[in-house]
Amino acid sequence: MKLSTKRSVTAYLFLALPLVFFLCVRLGPMLYMLAMSFTNWGLLRRTVKFIGFKNYEVLFTDPVFLQSLSNTARYAVFGAPIVILLSLGIALLLDSIPKGKGIYRLIYVLPYITPVVAVSWVWRWMYQPPPLGIIDGVLGALGLPAGEFLNSPTQALPSILAVNVWVEMGYCTIIFLAGLQTIPKEISEAAKIDGASDRQVLRRVTLPLLMPITFFLMVMEGIQFLRIFTQVYNMSMQATGGPLNSTKSAALYIYQKAFTNFEMARAASASAVLFVIIMVVTILQIRFFDKRVNY
Amino acid sequence: MTRKRSILFALMLAAVAFVATAQTVTITYWQYYYESKVKLMDELIKNFEKANPGIKVEQVTFPYESYNQKVAASIPAGEGPDIINLFYGWLPTYVKAGYLEELPASEFSKDYFNKNFYPFVAESVQFGSKYYSVPTAVRSLALFWNKQLFKDAGLDPNTPPKTLEELQAYAKKLSKYDAKGNLIQAGLAMQPTGQGHSWIREVLFRQFGNVPYSADGRKVTYADANGAAALKWYTDLITKDKVGYPNFATDDVTAFKSGKAAMNIDGSFRIATLNAVKDLEWGVAELPTYKGIKSNYASFWTHGIVAGTTGKKLDASIKFLKYITSPEVQQMWLEKVGELPATPALSEKYKNDPVISPFLKGLAYAHATAYVDEAGQRQILVDAVDEVYLKNVDPAVALKNAAKKEQTLIDDFWNN
Repeated sequence: MKLSTKRSVTAYLFLALPLVFFLCVRLGPMLYMLAMSFTNWGLLRRTVKFIGFKNYEVLFTDPVFLQSLSNTARYAVFGAPIVILLSLGIALLLDSIPKGKGIYRLIYVLPYITPVVAVSWVWRWMYQPPPLGIIDGVLGALGLPAGEFLNSPTQALPSILAVNVWVEMGYCTIIFLAGLQTIPKEISEAAKIDGASDRQVLRRVTLPLLMPITFFLMVMEGIQFLRIFTQVYNMSMQATGGPLNSTKSAALYIYQKAFTNFEMARAASASAVLFVIIMVVTILQIRFFDKRVNY
Repeated sequence: MTRKRSILFALMLAAVAFVATAQTVTITYWQYYYESKVKLMDELIKNFEKANPGIKVEQVTFPYESYNQKVAASIPAGEGPDIINLFYGWLPTYVKAGYLEELPASEFSKDYFNKNFYPFVAESVQFGSKYYSVPTAVRSLALFWNKQLFKDAGLDPNTPPKTLEELQAYAKKLSKYDAKGNLIQAGLAMQPTGQGHSWIREVLFRQFGNVPYSADGRKVTYADANGAAALKWYTDLITKDKVGYPNFATDDVTAFKSGKAAMNIDGSFRIATLNAVKDLEWGVAELPTYKGIKSNYASFWTHGIVAGTTGKKLDASIKFLKYITSPEVQQMWLEKVGELPATPALSEKYKNDPVISPFLKGLAYAHATAYVDEAGQRQILVDAVDEVYLKNVDPAVALKNAAKKEQTLIDDFWNN
């Protein structure tokens, strides 16, 4: 055997292990879930039988599921772009300060490395209505009316969204910063010598060169917000995605169907729907950004 | 001792041990972890094993939060225990799927239930003409009030409200607001997700002249004018009188414990929690009446034998079940865990106990909702209250929606 073949065999061997893992732990259960979504499987039902598309029919006539989908869309459509814009801005600012970069970076990344459950509960407490909540305390001291936050069907979703934006910002800022530091200084300097203003350098040089990173983050954050669960579970009252299902995400709906109602097949069909949505959104993003990333 | 001899001796020992284990039946009992319950059960098991040589009982516990899931995953898989502690509201699901053994009529007859248990117990554990489980203890609701806050508001700390009209008037007097009109002390905690939904469902509806369900529990009948009046009375406390609102100071229990709520409707299971709070002076009274009508909501955790338990294990399980639900154990349960005995006869003894007696009195006229999906049915009524106070929906409309949703849920359960 030639050395090069030997090398590639070794590489394949090492790659085979994750592949086996992927097949057993990811793909296998996924296919099983898909198969189960066409049955009436419930934990507390003795017989499992094939019922065709019945679960999907029930799902798409269930107003709670439809609402959870529209909530999920709102988390993703508002969440991901806001995170990207804010963290890009912060990263650009951080990149331009000469001193104290480390401490600022630490401050911004802190929420991301804190356990989500802890973050959720701290915010849940801060969002409390008077006399306990600190946010309403500050609003009151400023002479402003108290916000209802998690108790209101219109304010609850944005309140949870804001916390998740704050958390994800830490991660995105760090990635953006790393991206900024890979951009050779020579390019922007050359542009400046040619008479480009700071603004032009940003628009024509920095942002295009950051495109691959932005694209990566857009996809990752899109997925992150589409499967939002922990924050909603911990921040909504009684962990039910309330009030009046106004914060319930598709992932929480799936969890409740499976582990409160024990309707496994119903949960499986909802998972399949969420899977398809995430896949389609990701493919669309790839198509859309691919043209812009290659320069 | 020679080598040969010692081997022989060891063999003999092994043989003796083998014979001993062959004669011993080991049964397993599951309940959720609650320290005083687990400790008492250990003691009961010791007593039982002493009285019944040849039977060993093993107690296994799980955290309360995951108990329902653990049970639902284990029993269908055949990995469950022989005897299991279940919430009465879960029984229909388990009985319908055939996961519980019918109790033998020789030991648990109709007469036995009628003689030894409150009527709502027999109603809730009976399916068809068969009985499937039996409880040690039961729970009911009562009005808790904070004596210090009564004093502060100029009310007599030893006279709780006796009617709904008084309750409303007291609640208004006990509510406090800041300069901006934000509630900072609730006169009455309003928490439908806690016991509030039960108070509406089995108490207020009935007091306003409604019967919430048909006798077999399969028809939802609360969406009439009387039911709507009851829901309106409840939600008016939130929207008009502003004496409290859902999730004020986290929830009703936290609010009452921290002196942020002056009154609360809560269950007998809260006694121990409140006893543990330092410097909280509180009292308990029977639920307020309305137009002379008394009502209460009772619930309980109950023990059943898991299907597939046969032969000696079944015999041992029946014996154990009989023991842990005996009046003798019920009394121990009240003293050590604080839960009310399921046998009416025992209540005589505690009729002068200021904390226990309001609950015991309530049991005499209590109803246990025939749940098929406790969490789902609770959510429906919680949503009805939310619709009224968060979205200004007319109580009659909100209630009609709720009844429709609940009826679908019940029909789905019995038809599928």
